[in-house]
Amino acid sequence: MIEVNKGTDPLLKRAFSLFRKTDEGLQILYRVRGKGTGILRNMKEGTVLDMLGPLGNFYPMPPEDKTPLVIAGGIGIASVFSLVERLADRAIVFYGARTKDDLLMSKEVKDYAKEVIVSTDDGSAGLKGTAADALQTFLSSHSFSPSHFYIYACGPQPLLKSLSQIAKEYRIRAYVSMEEHMACGIGACLGCVVKTYEGYKRVCKEGPVMNAMEIVW
Amino acid sequence: MGLSVTIRDLELKNPVMTASGTFGYGEEYAEFLDLSRLGAVVVKGLSLMPKEGNPPPRIVETASGMLNAIGLQNIGIERFIHEKVPFLRTYDTKIIVNFFGDSIDEYVAAAERLSSVDGIHGLEMNISCPNKQAGWCIFGTDPRVTSQVVQAVRKATALPLIVKLSPNVTDISVIARAAVDAGADALSVINTLTGMAIDIRTRKPKLANRTGGLSGPAIKPVAMRMVYEVYKAVKVPIIGMGGIMTAEDALEFIIAGATGVAVGTANFIHPTAAVDILDGISAFLTQERIADINTLRGIAHAC
Repeated sequence: MIEVNKGTDPLLKRAFSLFRKTDEGLQILYRVRGKGTGILRNMKEGTVLDMLGPLGNFYPMPPEDKTPLVIAGGIGIASVFSLVERLADRAIVFYGARTKDDLLMSKEVKDYAKEVIVSTDDGSAGLKGTAADALQTFLSSHSFSPSHFYIYACGPQPLLKSLSQIAKEYRIRAYVSMEEHMACGIGACLGCVVKTYEGYKRVCKEGPVMNAMEIVW
Repeated sequence: MGLSVTIRDLELKNPVMTASGTFGYGEEYAEFLDLSRLGAVVVKGLSLMPKEGNPPPRIVETASGMLNAIGLQNIGIERFIHEKVPFLRTYDTKIIVNFFGDSIDEYVAAAERLSSVDGIHGLEMNISCPNKQAGWCIFGTDPRVTSQVVQAVRKATALPLIVKLSPNVTDISVIARAAVDAGADALSVINTLTGMAIDIRTRKPKLANRTGGLSGPAIKPVAMRMVYEVYKAVKVPIIGMGGIMTAEDALEFIIAGATGVAVGTANFIHPTAAVDILDGISAFLTQERIADINTLRGIAHAC
């Protein structure tokens, strides 16, 4: 959770994924979408911000003999990047975005991934369609045992929903990083819940990474 | 320096409390601040049976505020007693339990159960919820219904009874008097203001519940005016709340007539907000050479 200003508008801290850790510290990768990120963009270098974190869980690592399929939709790359990095040349990454220009850090992703399958909604780079379409094509053109793969994903909710359907169909274990409006980040406000088969779960505390099969989509 | 304040016979070491619903069951904040420094911990509202709450989105940020429609999600009184009270009892602070019901009988049963537990020092009644026996109208918006439910709970508990007033009324002093005449020992002023926000792209309300409770700095002037009015109307202690972010905000409420203050939405932004505010109040008293905080209470009424 990062404070973007000292005043009261916007009021709340913003939740961000930790993009990666470098020798200089932690990095956040964000897309300018609203008031908060607009303020961040115009911030002077050297500005000190209040931060609370790291909070919540991380993607559970796959066993050595599995092939991780990592799906990033748009700015969702910020969440899965450090996973791809940690998986060191093991991950097959499905990186989807609206257009070619929305594919951030694609070179860096390639450096750590075994393979990157790019897709864009408008076809300006890679396959035309969503990352879920790309995954579907990949799975239907390979003969394999479903237990060979682990799916990891972060992106817009409709994408995560279609991925979960694909994972269910192929019986592949899938972990998705969820997003909801969040106030406190520490489990107190109960604002950021998602519906699961075991009742509402907090994205900030029990998540953000959840088993896709647990979620009531 | 005199920081302690009294609510009926309950002595708080200082006036700073936490607003129900913004501080979980206390343990969520224990890693950020020492709960023993607080005057009281007011826990998230409880009902006899656990409540699942509303579907998301449950919160929306607004200008200097936020709307919430959590839907009173809670683990239920029994689980609270067994899983949370033992932990809270390890701290040297007062534990005030906020509770609610959807009928007078349920309020009474909840109050009775909570009163039988060691380590609970006071009760705060949320009367801003709907009454299923009377067409789901809000208990706390009708002085007659307020009186009925408070009277019934009064008979069920010997603990200090705080009634939390809804600001969504025409004249809050009428409800305040009804609650006090029915036996309330103190009043919490105010609960959230009902509000709404619309998404212009989907053309739908932003909250799944459509409406929600507005909190944060945006509501402070309204809360201040209501504390001021209630102070004029009744003699019992008032716990002032609504957008307190700083010690200055808290002091304003005390000067308007509050005995205690509750920090709410600020806890979400800075988990240490309540103790930071307490430190600020102490610093102010030192600076202004005020020996006892109780001398500040209500002095805005002198002019």
